[in-house]
Amino acid sequence: MTAGPAAEATLTQPPARRRVIVQLLRNPQGALCLAFLLLVVVVAATSPWLAPTGPTTTQLSASNAPPFTGGHLLGGDSAGRDILSRLMWGSRQTVMACLIILGVSVVVGVASGLVAGFYRGRFETAAGFASDVVMALPGIVLLIALYALTGPNIPVAMTVFGLLIAPTYYRLVRNVVLGVRNELYVDAARVAGLADLRIVGRHVLWAVRAPVIIQSSFVLAAGIGIEAGVSFLGLGDPATASWGTVLQNSFDGIYNNRWGVLWPALAISLTILALILLGNALSDVLQSSARSRTLTPRARRAALAAAQQEDAGRRSAPAGSPDDIVLSVRALRIAYPSADGEIREVVHGVDLDVRRGEIHGLVGESGSGKSQIAFATLGILPREALILGGSVLLDGEDLLADESKMRAARGRRIAYVPQEPMSNLDPSFTIGKQLSYGLRAVTSLDAGEAREQLVGLLDRVGIKDPERVMELYPHEISGGMAQRVLICGAVASGADLIVADEPTTALDVTVQAEVLELLRELSRDRGLAMILVTHNLGVVADLCSTVSVMKEGHIVERADVETIFEAPQQAYTQELLSSSRSVELMEI
Amino acid sequence: MAISLLKRLVRSLAVLLVVTFATFCLMFGNGPGIARAVLGMNARDADVQRKVVTLGLDQPLLVQYGKWLGSLFHGDLGASFFTGQSVTDALSTRVPVTLALVLITLALTVVLSVLFGVTAAVKGGWVDRVLQFLSVLGTAVPAFIIAIALVFTLAVAWRALPATGYVSPDISLSGWVKSLTLPVLALLVGSVAGAAAQFRTAVLDTLGRDFVRTLRARGISERHIIFRHVLRNSAGPGLTVLSLTTFGLLGGAVFIEQVFALPGMGQLANQAAQTNDVPMVMGTVLVTTVIVLIVNFLGDLTATLLNPKARTR
Repeated sequence: MTAGPAAEATLTQPPARRRVIVQLLRNPQGALCLAFLLLVVVVAATSPWLAPTGPTTTQLSASNAPPFTGGHLLGGDSAGRDILSRLMWGSRQTVMACLIILGVSVVVGVASGLVAGFYRGRFETAAGFASDVVMALPGIVLLIALYALTGPNIPVAMTVFGLLIAPTYYRLVRNVVLGVRNELYVDAARVAGLADLRIVGRHVLWAVRAPVIIQSSFVLAAGIGIEAGVSFLGLGDPATASWGTVLQNSFDGIYNNRWGVLWPALAISLTILALILLGNALSDVLQSSARSRTLTPRARRAALAAAQQEDAGRRSAPAGSPDDIVLSVRALRIAYPSADGEIREVVHGVDLDVRRGEIHGLVGESGSGKSQIAFATLGILPREALILGGSVLLDGEDLLADESKMRAARGRRIAYVPQEPMSNLDPSFTIGKQLSYGLRAVTSLDAGEAREQLVGLLDRVGIKDPERVMELYPHEISGGMAQRVLICGAVASGADLIVADEPTTALDVTVQAEVLELLRELSRDRGLAMILVTHNLGVVADLCSTVSVMKEGHIVERADVETIFEAPQQAYTQELLSSSRSVELMEI
Repeated sequence: MAISLLKRLVRSLAVLLVVTFATFCLMFGNGPGIARAVLGMNARDADVQRKVVTLGLDQPLLVQYGKWLGSLFHGDLGASFFTGQSVTDALSTRVPVTLALVLITLALTVVLSVLFGVTAAVKGGWVDRVLQFLSVLGTAVPAFIIAIALVFTLAVAWRALPATGYVSPDISLSGWVKSLTLPVLALLVGSVAGAAAQFRTAVLDTLGRDFVRTLRARGISERHIIFRHVLRNSAGPGLTVLSLTTFGLLGGAVFIEQVFALPGMGQLANQAAQTNDVPMVMGTVLVTTVIVLIVNFLGDLTATLLNPKARTR
């Protein structure tokens, strides 16, 4: 359950949503891009007053003038026109192109996406086909073909480009609306008798606004490239200045004034860059989910050093005697960096011992950190996780201290049974192949021997016709079978310890009982120790000999199974027991 | 599987008909306009009228389209209004140039973007940051500006490579390679930057899936997990990236051909459009649409073959 740290982070999100624009301005990248784009817009609006000359004014002194000479800051082109002035006038065309593209594509794409997602039916089918057709069109060739029809007409070309790019909005909005549509609040609004239009206005538009804003910034980036490109091809109106035509003129005269191409190229590239970076910044601000981020190496080292300092004062119970104890976890602390850069500890110094042949239940609510402990013992925590301290001793060897020891133990001595059987099989390989890859990675068996052993084991875990199942793909078997396959994969290499993370949660009740029985038998026959992570106290009562109860990253109570069920010491354990009893009653 | 592929084929043909018909109507809708453009602005109305009839522009659009389709089956796309050159002849010399440009760039894009994308996703840390930064830069600068920069530095300032022009491989293979080097390079920057970023996302998505954790827990080495399992499962989204990249390259080629004066299809389309040579424009639209549809179809086909769910159904 990787949801653990994420769920916790959600709770600590700032309650009031700060204004997007304020957040954007606090993001240096976003502020810089906004400032640059604002500059372009201001220049476009004021160029009639600000530009040194008119867009087509020719002066002898400017002809092929190098930059910074004779009052021509950026030099002049071969026709004797001031490049700076032409670029300033050209920004008007850029801004106009942006407005047209944005207007056409957002109106067409968002409206059709809203209607298709909200009412579905025939309109959705038709719009889907139209969007497929438009996406299959060779856009730039069509824009060129259009020239034959309309002559140099950038507004029409940009309108057509807006239509060509509208499907990206259509798909985005339709998908968002389909998601929102099924959510309760729209249903509730419908029951409350609100008119359809107002439902769309209030709820759905709210949900699509963030993705549409982000998308717009990328669409505009593409649009500016296309506008400049079309003008550069010579399909623009030669009488109006635009960045693309300035580039074209300067390129034609590159042997006379080589610096002339630099300025329009910079104007185009920097504006596109600003839009892309603004889009990235916007998606950081608008979609800054609770998802944790990977820390930079420096922040990681700092966090680890700070944790070590804290740990210096603490004392943990000494590790158990290595004779009967297979696994000993000491003072284990796991943390995740959150989106706002803080470090949230999800496991706070946990101790845990598992003896040979013992099935140890690790229970607690979701998010209590139990899966994190399971992953840590196998060294399979997600990359962004931070182990702040502690040790995982397998037969007395610290696996956390030595990555090579962890690698040697993983799959050979400690094995893992996951929670969700279907998503834990690689969909692209047959059962036989993926089991065999795993077995051969940790043994010296050849393909034939591995296969023979696996067929026997599949039979042992209760799969009928194992030879045939070896040739099947994961989507061709049932969830119960998939979980048996995964158990087979875990025990195949003869590990001493199995870490099972909610092994029955995703299964039907009858299959659950069979899988639990299988785990019990395997533990008995092979003398396997097992850590069973679960939130289901029924499973614990059925299978475990000892139990640790977890709450918010601490183990609050630890005892053998009879004691936990008959005389729980902690209030939290009692609470857990009574709530699970009431659930059982309801199920009956 | 065969049926779903057949359905896709039929759908592709339908798209082809829709696109060509729509373009045809737009292009040929204005008969007198075309005739006047051919004859020049000062032509007398009677001459224009006569030209409309000789060009067959007086007939109903549907009939004209039918004729165009009919002769298409015989490999005849009409002749240029101006030079009288057969459109198929013109295309047969132009299309290979564009295809060479696009396919060479595509092949290099596949190698480089998989390399960069996978490295960024797997290594993480500063390698990822640097590659992501370069990717944003690479996507921000349009191909034609990169082309100009290359012409400026390598050809004009250093005179290392030919700035413009095209050498056919029949005449000189090394000349052909030289004449395509800068154009390919110019297209490559943006396409690698875009594709690598998307490959990175695809690999990260796959790396985050549950089965990768389980494979790790079985003791399979990281190398095998990446090269056998992660790459295999990222291939589907990767194919989508590649077909989109191909469309991007086809569009970019139009600009690149202009900068480097390559006699490709984009240049032909551009010249034809600026001279109002409607049959020529129609021919380039047709060929580009067909290429796009073939790429789409091949992409779907490969995706189906790669996906056991679709394959075994």
